[in-house]
Amino acid sequence: MSDHELRVSKIRNGTVIDHVEGGQALNVLAILGIDGSEGLGVSVGMNVPSDRLGRKDIVKVEDRELSQSEVDVLSLIAPEASINIIREFEVVEKSRVTRPDSVTGVLSCPNRNCITNTEEPVETRFEVVADGVRCDYCSTILRADIADHIDV
Amino acid sequence: MRQDHLITATQLSRDDIEAVLDRARAVADDPAAYADRHAGTVLALCFFEPSTRTRMSFDSAAKRLGIDTIDMGDVDSSSVSKGESLSDTVRVIEGYADALVLRHPSEGAATLAAENVSVPVVNAGDGAGQHPSQTLLDLHTIRENHGLDDLTVGIMGDLKYGRTVHSLASALTNFDVNQHFISPPSLRLPRSVRFDLHETGAQVREHEDLDDVIEDLDVLYVTRIQKERFPDENEYHRVAGEYRIDADTLEAAPDHLSVMHPLPRVDEIAPDVDKTDHARYFEQAHNGIPVRMALLDTLLENADPDADEGIEVDR
Repeated sequence: MSDHELRVSKIRNGTVIDHVEGGQALNVLAILGIDGSEGLGVSVGMNVPSDRLGRKDIVKVEDRELSQSEVDVLSLIAPEASINIIREFEVVEKSRVTRPDSVTGVLSCPNRNCITNTEEPVETRFEVVADGVRCDYCSTILRADIADHIDV
Repeated sequence: MRQDHLITATQLSRDDIEAVLDRARAVADDPAAYADRHAGTVLALCFFEPSTRTRMSFDSAAKRLGIDTIDMGDVDSSSVSKGESLSDTVRVIEGYADALVLRHPSEGAATLAAENVSVPVVNAGDGAGQHPSQTLLDLHTIRENHGLDDLTVGIMGDLKYGRTVHSLASALTNFDVNQHFISPPSLRLPRSVRFDLHETGAQVREHEDLDDVIEDLDVLYVTRIQKERFPDENEYHRVAGEYRIDADTLEAAPDHLSVMHPLPRVDEIAPDVDKTDHARYFEQAHNGIPVRMALLDTLLENADPDADEGIEVDR
């Protein structure tokens, strides 16, 4: 990418989430629980041309490295995403997200009558199925609206 | 059946089901042979919402196996009313009993309970989730009257919230059964149950009108449409009326059709059906005893593999 095309500058430390499906960048931020109030530097590129995806979103978050559980959930809404951990302007770790078999403690069950939505001391657990996730307790299936039920 | 618990019908294979039903048949044929089979063991009945027949049926089945039962009593008079969690309650009761039967108003409660204890847990109904022991007695009733293959079964009423429906529909996928689901659009099967049915490749058709299929049915399983599912009482009366059957409705049905219902019924099956040869619901309720005896016998045997079996079970 030449200089006159550069949309956002490199970051010193943090995470670059690249190859996010076009239009999902704000959901990525939702998963990470970032709404600007934390004071982190955040850059978002939406619908940027991409050879692989046609259009893609990019999210750059300064001074924050993603945890495994965050990456796991990210994979559900951005299955093609790549995660770049940046330290001192260098990519020190680059990985593609992989769909986990299950996600624990990150999503809330949309079924209000599920035992996980009571006062019980229990973490939610969802099995990852063909095009969504499924509550291990009440079997409710969550598809397009996964981002609305992120609880991190 | 090599299961530690009975939580959902989806966990049951055809072999699991047939093993329990074979045993239920053996129990029904010779109940005296099972009389003291589990003397010295204790079953805890933990009902976090009201139940008459399921609770009494498990109590009776246990006692006929020589099992003592302890009953948590009503939720209002128990520690639950002091705010104790289900997880804590079952951990405590585990120390008092060799197995637990649990009914709870929240979906997933039995799964959570089973994660917290090492004794067998039987889900006796979790909210609008599952009720697998009811399914075993439903299957026993169907099997004794029709066999379990090459069948057409219609399931009618509240398919969305009906836990007996969810369990039965899953279990029937183990057999060569065409399933027809008859309900108002607002009470169709939930997405999770349809997902499971499609995963198994089961033959499933949905209808709004019983007349579309009644001529083809071997079994009609009727469930109650509850008033509280409708925001508007007039709407409830209008919809419920369309899913009510009487002797006239059954004129169009084959002579061998069995009408079943998990009970209690309110008015979805008119009393005039009781006198017809189609009525199977009281027989079905009575089958709760041999089937739950067979189930408890199996689970307790699995929990204690060193136990002296003493009896040759005809499988």
